[in-house]
Amino acid sequence: MKHTINLLVENNVGSLLRIAGMFSGRGFNIDSISVGACEEEGLSRMTIVTRGDDEIIEQINKQLNKCINVIKVTDLTQEAFVHRELALIKVHATQAERPEIMQIVEVFRAKIIDLSPGALTIEATGSEDKVDAIISMLRPFGLKTVSRTGRVALKRDFQGNVN
Amino acid sequence: MFATAARTTEKTNLRKAEFDHAPRLSGAEILIEALLREGVDTIFGFPGGALIGLYDCFYKNKQLRHLLVTHEQGGAHAADGYARATGKAGVVLVTSGPGATNTVTGIATAFMDSIPLIVLTGQVPSNMIGNDAFQEADILGITRPITKHSFLVRRVDELVETIRQAFHIATTGRPGPVLIDLPKDMLAARTAYFPAGEVDLRGYKPTVRGSLRQLRNAANFLQQAKKPVIYIGGGAILSNASAEVTEFARELNAPVTTTLLGIGAFPETDDLSLGMLGMHGTWYANKAVDECDLLIAIGARFDDRVTGNLEKFSPNSKKMQIDIDPSCIGKNVPVDLPIVGDVKSVLAELNTLIEKCDSEIWLKQVALWKKKHPLRYRKTADGLKPQQVIEELSKATNGEAIIAADVGQHQMWIAQWYKFTQPRSHLSSGGLGTMGFGVPAALGAKIGCPGRTVVGIVGDGGFQMTSMEIATAVRYQIPVKYIIINNGYLGMVRQWQQIFFDKRYSNTYLNPSNPDFKKLAESYGAFSLRVKNLDELHSAFKQMLAIDNRPVVLDVWVSPEENVFPMIPANGSFSDILEGEV
Ligand SMILES: Cc1ncc(C[n+]2csc(CCOP(=O)(O)OP(=O)(O)O)c2C)c(N)n1
Ligand SMILES: [Mg+2]
Repeated sequence: MKHTINLLVENNVGSLLRIAGMFSGRGFNIDSISVGACEEEGLSRMTIVTRGDDEIIEQINKQLNKCINVIKVTDLTQEAFVHRELALIKVHATQAERPEIMQIVEVFRAKIIDLSPGALTIEATGSEDKVDAIISMLRPFGLKTVSRTGRVALKRDFQGNVN
Repeated sequence: MFATAARTTEKTNLRKAEFDHAPRLSGAEILIEALLREGVDTIFGFPGGALIGLYDCFYKNKQLRHLLVTHEQGGAHAADGYARATGKAGVVLVTSGPGATNTVTGIATAFMDSIPLIVLTGQVPSNMIGNDAFQEADILGITRPITKHSFLVRRVDELVETIRQAFHIATTGRPGPVLIDLPKDMLAARTAYFPAGEVDLRGYKPTVRGSLRQLRNAANFLQQAKKPVIYIGGGAILSNASAEVTEFARELNAPVTTTLLGIGAFPETDDLSLGMLGMHGTWYANKAVDECDLLIAIGARFDDRVTGNLEKFSPNSKKMQIDIDPSCIGKNVPVDLPIVGDVKSVLAELNTLIEKCDSEIWLKQVALWKKKHPLRYRKTADGLKPQQVIEELSKATNGEAIIAADVGQHQMWIAQWYKFTQPRSHLSSGGLGTMGFGVPAALGAKIGCPGRTVVGIVGDGGFQMTSMEIATAVRYQIPVKYIIINNGYLGMVRQWQQIFFDKRYSNTYLNPSNPDFKKLAESYGAFSLRVKNLDELHSAFKQMLAIDNRPVVLDVWVSPEENVFPMIPANGSFSDILEGEV
């Protein structure tokens, strides 16, 4: 089963390497990992999406807790949480194709953020499914480059309504 | 570490007046001060370009004893042996690049057995890191998976706090090696020195006390057992809990088996002792584990050398487990009653809650097994059996010596035939199984415990991996003893080839290329004897134990094709146990 784990970590390269190294050294999966600054100076928040049965997930949680520079581990999967992924998609676009692409962009509530004679760059945000969907819609036009952030997630304060 | 730096600055502000008046010292001087404050009396090291300034301080400052080892791997194992024997952190200091990479096997050995080790590595100057500078190695990267934690010192005013944190991390919780990488300019730069404050690491708060609710549950659980077995691992030694373990076993009235690393936590002379369990454990320890209804794991991690085939391991028992590391609980075997906490603290509380369980019939049964299936070997009239050498040493030293093993058949014979009665007396590389551990580990142990008899018992193969540390022992006139169990083979591998590969002895025969060990030892300045029969053995032991001003090396020739029994083949279960022919 897929799990989304939120980590509060010390903000340095060592933390990222220790965590990533622990995953590879112990043969755990990482579907995505994203990290950036957070509300507290000197710390970062990391979101890791991983897979495994209950025992593996339990080990992942315990091993993460063991890392000295990990301050807090929250497995969001049992809780109500919000999550997003952002993708930048550069797609081939002739003059003639532009209107059709723009229509797709609108349906997915994405944005065109750059435009050049032969290509468009699109910013799409949403669940991974939604990002997958827009990418597959754009694929026929010819994808030039795709860059995705991986999931970022936060627990909902109001836990009453679990999805 | 940025977070740490921020807190340090805060403290620094609070103590500004103090700071202004503090003496200005170089990083190298601060390092020595900070080590002395941690209670370090001895460090094992080997110099080089990145450390040359620090070595100049050793020339002037004699408070901290620096022992020059012969190879950095030996330095790491010696610090490890020192730590295992004393319970204090061992410290090893090496230069950048090759000095640092030479410690890798030693660090991994300590990591696998949760030994507190401080590894100080020189590094190229900060501004050259990443440039492929002369003798640069990314030692933090190389050792990340085999250290509990590691630090790169980026500013000289971080040094004091970093050292304090490193010792705290290495010696608390589940102990382990911590590496500090010291760029050359950090050792040269000067700053105000004042001692480190208290450690407060937000991401590191080991649970020491067991939850009271779990303790009460455990007391209940224990009282219901009819066929309990206590299974003690290295955690009991690390937590200095042998008194509590012994009390627990007697209070509950349950037999005790130990892992290789747990040996010494419970006196093997006690009636409740079953000796070691697992692949080369006693028949009766493995039988008891196979039949028990409650298995109580204490500071033990259900390693594959203990369990064999997990599906068939102790199939009828409930499992209780006490460990300070939550990730060890339920990792290999599901546990019915887990307690997270330090073994010593948990048992001290648990001991006040328990009573004897109803184990009389079980204990009778176990005693019968012990009588019917004892450890055994067949003596020969002419030569020596390796088991006999260990047994005789156990008698000659009254089971009171510190024994450092190397890895192989002799290691298992030590575990089987030396009757250990005290903790921190059996030093063995269990998790990593590192050949080359024995010679330097014995040296380190003798330095840490000068009042005890320390014997390194090594194979003729493994001896040659670190035999150069004899030079270190001679250099400082350390009266450590060595016994080479010379069977002319890489014996443990040969045994597997005999049993599982139809006696095809591929690349395991060491003669005639083995050196003359007596001459080799003598060339270093050690005292040495060759021993080929029982009379010579007795006389050699007498001489060995009397010498107190230099190392001794006994080259003991034993029957070459002796095998270690009992043996449960890898991934087997109790029903596959081989008892050997006697
Ligand atoms: C560094 C290292 N290399 C290889 C091995 C694999 N190994 C385990 S035991 C053994 C044989 C050891 O021979 P020896 O030191 O003579 O001891 P004996 O088994 O004969 O008592 C070997 C090669 C190891 N444990 N460590
Ligand atoms: Mg041998």
